[in-house]
Amino acid sequence: MAAATLRALSLGKRFGERVALREVSFELAGGEILAVIGPNGAGKTTLLSLLAGAMAPSDGSVSSPAGERIGWVPQQTAVYSKLSVLENLRLFARLERVADPQAAVETMLEQTGLRERADEQLGRLSGGNRQRVNIAVGLLADPAVALLDEPSASLDPRQRERLWRFIGARAQAGTGIVFTTHDIAEAERYADRVLVLADGELLYAGSLDGLREGRGADLEAAFVEFLRERGH
Amino acid sequence: MLALRWLLGKDLRILRRSPVLSTLLILYPAVVAVLIGLALSRSPGLPRVAFLNEIPPSSAVISLGKTQINITSYESHLFKALKLVPVKTRAQALDDVRDGTTLAALIIPATLPKRLATGDETAFIRVVYNGSAINESLVQSAIESKLGQANALLAAQLEKVAGSYIDLLLSGGKLHFLGETFNVLGLRASERLVDKVVAQLPANSPFYPRLAAVASFAKIAVNNLGTSKAVIGAVAAPVVARNEFVNGRRTPLDFYAVAVAVTVSLMFVCLLLASGMLALEREENTFGRLARGLVRPGALLAEKALLAATCAALVGFAMLAGISIFVTLDWTRAGLWLLAIVGGSAAFATLGVTLGGLVRDVRAASLVALLVSFPLVFLALVPAGAVAPGLYDVIRVLSAVFPFKPAFEALNAAVNHSSPSVWVAIGHLAVLVAGFGVLARLSLRR
Repeated sequence: MAAATLRALSLGKRFGERVALREVSFELAGGEILAVIGPNGAGKTTLLSLLAGAMAPSDGSVSSPAGERIGWVPQQTAVYSKLSVLENLRLFARLERVADPQAAVETMLEQTGLRERADEQLGRLSGGNRQRVNIAVGLLADPAVALLDEPSASLDPRQRERLWRFIGARAQAGTGIVFTTHDIAEAERYADRVLVLADGELLYAGSLDGLREGRGADLEAAFVEFLRERGH
Repeated sequence: MLALRWLLGKDLRILRRSPVLSTLLILYPAVVAVLIGLALSRSPGLPRVAFLNEIPPSSAVISLGKTQINITSYESHLFKALKLVPVKTRAQALDDVRDGTTLAALIIPATLPKRLATGDETAFIRVVYNGSAINESLVQSAIESKLGQANALLAAQLEKVAGSYIDLLLSGGKLHFLGETFNVLGLRASERLVDKVVAQLPANSPFYPRLAAVASFAKIAVNNLGTSKAVIGAVAAPVVARNEFVNGRRTPLDFYAVAVAVTVSLMFVCLLLASGMLALEREENTFGRLARGLVRPGALLAEKALLAATCAALVGFAMLAGISIFVTLDWTRAGLWLLAIVGGSAAFATLGVTLGGLVRDVRAASLVALLVSFPLVFLALVPAGAVAPGLYDVIRVLSAVFPFKPAFEALNAAVNHSSPSVWVAIGHLAVLVAGFGVLARLSLRR
């Protein structure tokens, strides 16, 4: 297995009295695709926000090799609706201190298939296209780790397929990928490993086959059964 | 109807679950309304004026012929129109005007009795203003109306004395002077005597034309001096108010309005732009992306404040330049205008980013900016001494922690030479920039 590009150690987050995440530890290897699954309110978005550094943890720590970038694609599009696709990419490439912003923007326009829409304002694009720009901004700096929060949620099947092809190519190039999803089939299809979270607690880390063991062939049913066994 | 009830219940529940917003919505307008109401309704009616009487007690009584007039007895007429704050020295009186403790200073100079007694020079009282046209208007009308009453009483006394002298000149009588008594013939008796002498002279007497001229003069003098008593009464204003300004210059009302207009513009541009642009980062969800190391929070705040302040400064300077076409402004002070505009804009912009940090969407940020600024502008323009002292202290504290008043004072000083000086106001604004800067930084942690 490749060396870890991201390590979470006893990660926890509290919002006042409420514990959103507790004692979550795992490692991510370069080129690995890790799916974070769990019911609503499990703490998936909180975990990704902590890993991305968008939120400070209450306990524990996140570490990655020095100098490695972490790309973040939040669940809600985080781009400027009054700027064009090109202007958004160019701005974030500069803010990310990318060595050659123009080349990075060109690559991203090519890989996301947005070249023809480059001069259109984000506010005028469909939800799916805005999400593509959102993903492009997150991956602009060619990060060692990419964190994607429900990246395919607003995409149609064709766009989804295109997205996974793009992410798969990134992983093959050595980028570690962590993504959250409600779609167990998507996790099974694209992830090497899964983390199962429920009520802020890490219940399982491993392959989906391990989760399925002894619970029947239907993965979704096996997942629900697993949660029930654990009292969720 | 049922749907309306459900919706109403839902909205009330939402408000109950937003305690901070609900408290602000109810408490803030209530507090401001009470303050404005008190400012409007509980004005003491009498403007506060520093009072200094420089007349030594020994000189307070003047003698005009047989009549003695005590000047201090006329002070009470002025007291009725003003809330006088006694001071001991002229410097203290000026300080009170300068720092806003009183609207003006009323000084009765030591030379007043002498000037009244001799009539060689106009007797006057000094009224010192801080240069604000608003303050001046509050005091001036009160002083002038009461001074008019005091003058009327004093003039009646003087008219009586002057009238008795005129009667003596006209009709004759006894004049007491330096302990001696003189018999004065009087013009009427003189006229009669001369007429008799003229009647007895032969027509060809060489004295006839000369005495006829004297008789004619006596007739004219009797006729005209008789009416002069009425003239004395009509024009008498023994004491006049001489207006002065602590900084040597009065701010006319239209110049004052210029400073108010530009400051209000700076405020709106800065508050709306700074709060709106920062709130937009949250509304577009880009704040989280930026805050994870792409931009330091302080730099983000500084960028928004700089943008708002620059736009406001350009608007403010353009306004002054435009106004100068219609109102004569002193362009040699353009550097100070710019300093005041930049200082005011910086403070408003810092307040703007604080509001933008607290509120998470642009529309709410704009509403909060308007909600905060309107009443505080009104309160900041309440003149010192125009409301009860306790209430004014509350208003003064509120105005001091909001940038409008110091920004207005800086601009007013830069444009109109008014007090306090530009530098004092800029110092105040710098403190506010630092304070709101810290609050803005804390607001981003929400």
